Amino acid sequence: MYQLDHLKELEAESIFVIREVAAQFENPVLMFSGGKDSILMLYLARKAFYPARLPFPLLHVDTGHNFPETIAFRDELVEKWNLRLIVASVQDAIDRGLVHEERGIHASRNGLQTAVLLEAIEKHGFDAALGGGRRDEEKARAKERFFSHRDEFGQWDPKNQRPELWNLFNAKKQVGEHFRVFPISNWTELDVWQYLHREQVPLPSLYFAHERLCIERNGVLLADSEYLQKKPEETPATYKVRFRTIGDMTCTGAVLSEADTLEKVIEEIATTRITERGARADDKRSETSMEDRKKEGYF
Amino acid sequence: MHTELLRFTTAGSVDDGKSTLIGRLLYDSKAIHQDQYEAIEESSRRRGEEEVNLALLTDGLKAEREQGITIDVAYRYFSTPKRKFIIADTPGHIQYTRNMVTGASTANVALILMDARKGMLEQTRRHAIIASLLQIPHLLVCINKMDLTDYSEEVYEKLRDEFEAFAAKLDVKDVSYIPISALKGDNVVHRSENMPWYEGPTLIYYLENVHIASDYNFIDCRFPVQLVIRPNTDEFHDYRGYAGRVAGGIFKKGDEVMLLPSGFSSKIEAIDTYDGEVEEAFPPMSVVIRLENELDLSRGDMIVRPNNMPEVTQDLDLMICWFDNKPLRLRGKYIIQHTTRTARCLVKEIRYKMDINTLHRNLEDREIKMNDVARISLRTTQPLFVDPYSRNRITGSVILIDEATHQTVAAGMVI
Ligand SMILES: Nc1nc2c(ncn2[C@@H]2O[C@H](COP(=O)(O)OP(=O)(O)OP(=O)(O)O)[C@@H](O)[C@H]2O)c(=O)[nH]1
Ligand SMILES: [Mg+2]
Repeated sequence: MYQLDHLKELEAESIFVIREVAAQFENPVLMFSGGKDSILMLYLARKAFYPARLPFPLLHVDTGHNFPETIAFRDELVEKWNLRLIVASVQDAIDRGLVHEERGIHASRNGLQTAVLLEAIEKHGFDAALGGGRRDEEKARAKERFFSHRDEFGQWDPKNQRPELWNLFNAKKQVGEHFRVFPISNWTELDVWQYLHREQVPLPSLYFAHERLCIERNGVLLADSEYLQKKPEETPATYKVRFRTIGDMTCTGAVLSEADTLEKVIEEIATTRITERGARADDKRSETSMEDRKKEGYF
Repeated sequence: MHTELLRFTTAGSVDDGKSTLIGRLLYDSKAIHQDQYEAIEESSRRRGEEEVNLALLTDGLKAEREQGITIDVAYRYFSTPKRKFIIADTPGHIQYTRNMVTGASTANVALILMDARKGMLEQTRRHAIIASLLQIPHLLVCINKMDLTDYSEEVYEKLRDEFEAFAAKLDVKDVSYIPISALKGDNVVHRSENMPWYEGPTLIYYLENVHIASDYNFIDCRFPVQLVIRPNTDEFHDYRGYAGRVAGGIFKKGDEVMLLPSGFSSKIEAIDTYDGEVEEAFPPMSVVIRLENELDLSRGDMIVRPNNMPEVTQDLDLMICWFDNKPLRLRGKYIIQHTTRTARCLVKEIRYKMDINTLHRNLEDREIKMNDVARISLRTTQPLFVDPYSRNRITGSVILIDEATHQTVAAGMVI
């Protein structure tokens, strides 16, 4: 039977899209956060050009509030696969006065990433930024094209997107505009885990159950760290947790879990009643917080 | 682990209940997560609605929620033990027809909704025509809002006959009908107790069991080159491979091949992937093909078999769906993309415009405006390697792009 199973089909689609980026743009970059979707993207991109090297660099917008495990994992990969990494630092942007630190108990650097990302895109002249966004993550992302046009201010206009027919991607743009490209648009969270498992891709330890000091706030477990501002009554306690997504330490919620292997993680996800972004404070700020951020140029 | 994948799209006029139906389908098949449900519950309450508005599951944009309509296609994913589904929920509003075409272009099944009180409207017909042009193999006509017509069998039969008469003039192979209430859930996942006269399947049963033949052509070998892989490393010093995705046929190691446009012949030395060499490659695999001799071959060129060639031509005959505010310009020049090849083209002739209501060819009024369907002829600056769309959806499709605004202005299907 000449038929691919669904993971192979998704892989073939993503590789096709990644190669279209290399062919249709002059200066693309792969956005890399150190999370599982970024790791999958990087893995697929290496497959797309093998045996040649990855023809573009990675860009990490570093909030300075990362889990130390993420940074260690990132640096190890860069070293092992001989990659080019560009780090755009939010701390540096704060020091220069490009952006201002939020204050208060819910302060997060998540929103500050947009300005830093757009500055990096402009400074390096990137004309396409590959991202690991997936349509099943969030309702605004469910509306994304594979090739998503951004105007000269980096803005997304969801009411006026270009039609995208079949697998014919229109990458034409005016000077100063760029594209965001989402090769893993059609993957679900479960697809990602099943694939990473099948391909035996190494992952940061944060994704597996471990003991960690956390505080509970509005039903969400947040990892205790020097970056987290705590109310006096919030005293950290030890929980057995893992993370379903990895973002900024201050807004990425942990979930109680016993899943310490990929098999158990897959089992857990297949039966969960909560979406992976259900534990992210950055999405809970308002009904349309993702859409609002994306319009301004967020990932 | 071999899960079959079905891609389906919604279609039909504005407010006929497409988004509500998708919400109902996901809700009743328990594919909605708790936090998602709580979020739409909260939004519904804030909007002063009495019940939870299931359409909010796909209508996720602020503007959509304000206006209560779908503006752009939303993709949703769910699976049952039988199949995996990719759903494209598309807008019914005429202004956003281009987004409906976007969602429908990759679908195997189209659910065409009708409001039982209103019957067939112009957008119902337009979407049915588009679905037939795109050669979506199965249409399921969902006669919705049956709760508002007392679940009347008579109403259902009248609308079914009306659609049947229209579909007879279209090029569609398989049309089925189902009476539903998206709002109340009749015949979506649970069999309706209000319509004992209906003996056909529920929507979910249909989706799980409709026969899907492969989308792909496994006969005519077509390999559009995406890019050339040249590692220039010590380990792969003389390596040169052609990366691409198989668009048709089955390529095997050792096959005699012909290269277009040069017409040179060669042999496949190996088919590479990151996971090692493979013996054969078929659609939709992404691979790298190595040839026995070094030849001039680059992006936009095509590897085929010498005894089975696509048409190599600069003159194209197309059915198009026009998307732009500005009408199509006769003698106008546009950018054309076909597989991995980009060229320019000149509109030589507008043959006719299709009358959406009667399906007649309108030879008098040939001004092609936004959302029109027409037959046109083009001349391209370079030869393209095409097959009829009915034979191969990949090598038979093109898009036209405005040279000044860079907007995608038309979808075209080779006749
Ligand atoms: N009574 C009744 N109302 C329904 C039914 N299905 C949908 N509606 C209502 O019809 C209105 C429009 O529903 P939507 O699902 O938004 O329609 P749509 O087809 O997605 O509209 P567009 O995407 O804008 O083209 C809403 O008020 C729904 O509650 C039904 O089966 N019965
Ligand atoms: Mg809708």
